[in-house]
Amino acid sequence: MRKAKLLLASVAAILVATPVLADVSVKIGVMNDRSGTYADLSGEGSVVAARMAVEDFGAADKGIDVTIVSADHQNKPDIASNLARQWYDAEGVDVIADVPTSSAALAVNDITREKNKIFLVSGAATSDLTGKSCSPNTVHWTYDTWSLAHGTGQAMVETGGDSWFFLTADYAFGHALERDTSEVVKDSGGEVLGAVRHPFPGQDFSSFLLQAQASGAKVIGLANAGADTTNAIKQAREFGITQGGQSLAGLLIFITDVHALGLDTAQGLVLTEAFYWDLNDQTRDWAQRFAEAHNGSMPTMVHAGVYASVLHYLKAVEAADSKDAEAVMAKMKEMPSEDPLFGTGEVRQDGRHVHDMYLFQVKSPDESKGEWDYYKTLAIIAAERAFRPLGEGECPLVQ
Amino acid sequence: MFELLGIPPQALFGQLLLGLINGSFYALLSLGLAVIFGLLNIINFTHGAQYMMGAFVAWMLLHYLGIGYWWALVIVPVAVGLTGIVLERLMISRLYHLDHLYGLLLTFGLALIIQGLFRNQYGISGEAYSIPSQLVGAQNLGFMFLPNYRLWVIAVSAAVCLGTWFVIEKTRLGAYLRAATENPVLVGAFGINVPRLVTLTYGFGVGLAALAGVLAAPIYSVNPNMGADLIIVVFAVVVIGGMGSILGAIVTGFGLGLIEGLTRVFYPEGSAVVIFVIMAIVLLVKPAGLFGRTA
Repeated sequence: MRKAKLLLASVAAILVATPVLADVSVKIGVMNDRSGTYADLSGEGSVVAARMAVEDFGAADKGIDVTIVSADHQNKPDIASNLARQWYDAEGVDVIADVPTSSAALAVNDITREKNKIFLVSGAATSDLTGKSCSPNTVHWTYDTWSLAHGTGQAMVETGGDSWFFLTADYAFGHALERDTSEVVKDSGGEVLGAVRHPFPGQDFSSFLLQAQASGAKVIGLANAGADTTNAIKQAREFGITQGGQSLAGLLIFITDVHALGLDTAQGLVLTEAFYWDLNDQTRDWAQRFAEAHNGSMPTMVHAGVYASVLHYLKAVEAADSKDAEAVMAKMKEMPSEDPLFGTGEVRQDGRHVHDMYLFQVKSPDESKGEWDYYKTLAIIAAERAFRPLGEGECPLVQ
Repeated sequence: MFELLGIPPQALFGQLLLGLINGSFYALLSLGLAVIFGLLNIINFTHGAQYMMGAFVAWMLLHYLGIGYWWALVIVPVAVGLTGIVLERLMISRLYHLDHLYGLLLTFGLALIIQGLFRNQYGISGEAYSIPSQLVGAQNLGFMFLPNYRLWVIAVSAAVCLGTWFVIEKTRLGAYLRAATENPVLVGAFGINVPRLVTLTYGFGVGLAALAGVLAAPIYSVNPNMGADLIIVVFAVVVIGGMGSILGAIVTGFGLGLIEGLTRVFYPEGSAVVIFVIMAIVLLVKPAGLFGRTA
């Protein structure tokens, strides 16, 4: 009898001791544009990417129970705020991922801090998320306006494009991108001749393009994204702007935009991205799996960022042995990140994830070997130069 | 060189011309809406989706069948018009005896469904469609560089608008149509098949939207939301012109294009709202619209 009791006790002890995280369950909310202009570059693809991260991490084997929910914020900050509150307050969401559209992301950033949860930004661009609006609860993974401006902006100025005119989407993202790129242009010895702010989303850009043409600037900087950018590029070609000697700088162009434009129209564009599916064997494998789960379309850098940020988050939960926001954030910043898409990287004090960025040029139809074979690499921008130096962002978290 | 409010006159001419081009899209779309509302009393919220279908069907013809722009110009309005006829027969015709609101809700719902189906199939980023080789290139007007394709758009739009206005206001067929909306029972008593007339009118209105879609495909991004963004502006145009007034739709379409063009020069940030500001003022001062017959 005593023996049996001892045996039972030890079995019980083993049961308690082995699956350390048996009772940790996390709920990830992927919030993005699922119906509007950014739906292809984020949308359902980001949910697919998050699911792949959970699988690859092996959450089930490690005793972490992960649920993924998703919602459409329609690119509107008010809807994004409501969704975030509802998720955090009523539905037990622990972490919100993606959130393109800078104005919406800034709203979610504030609420996440107030509720002491975690925000993994992939889709949004404004560098304010790790600058003056930085938060101890936010990690900004994929790219930002500073990084885009320095990648494409600098490359254009270095090749002789020293006078600029901006076509800017009239909201937080466009303003930030214009501001950051203007700084780069001026610092590199160029000048900014003017800018026109267009309503978001827009359809006809001919009038704005004509103003850009009249300015005589060598480079027309497109500080917008999605259909706005593709429409502007299409119409710039129609109005003979590129043939007239002015060049276009698409400051934020995703592979889905190039796909929509077709290589005929898009060829020669120089752009900055954090990820391209055809970089190495690991990215190709991953992209192949992604495409199989997502109607055959290749991942954008936003999708890649959702995958990598969720993976790093889950590793931090495992390491912290808890889902407490403070503990997990500390682990995310302490551990170097390691994933097949971005390689090794780190999350800085201000929440910025740093990794290499790439300067690509869009191939001509002759150079392309098939569908989705779109970019050739012009330069790899090393991690330490790819993002704004820690001390320059005016982030209050940085001492 | 003298300047007007800081803008050289050449630049201003250029902008006015561009405004006129945008206006020709507004005119073509609002014309279809006005015809449908004037003769069927249906507020056709599916119009934007049908415009999008026009652009997409043109793309499909090229992509799957290799049929180019010129044939698309003929085939697409007919094909999309036929889908309109099917919709009218199966659903919309059941609502004529009810309040406008029901027609509006039905067509709005249909628009969302159509957009959703296209989004599901083709994604949101859109498809590429090139300008036909005959219309590539541009004219140097001295004050601006005007693409040939835009000239073509103005010409087609003006011709179609005038033609439609002429048929409805000046011919016997138009007289039947107008009579049928005034008093369908009486017109039917004269041996005219009123339901068929109404169905064909809806098909024609939808065909106009599809034509605008084909014209738009080479210059705007062909994506499932292209109509949703435009249709609200076009509704404002119709309201300003006077619901159901054909001439009103045409004149305000071109006129508001011009005003919007000017706003893009002097205050670009406001160019998305200027039409709605005008709509609010017109509704306050003349609720039936500028060309509306009755209040």
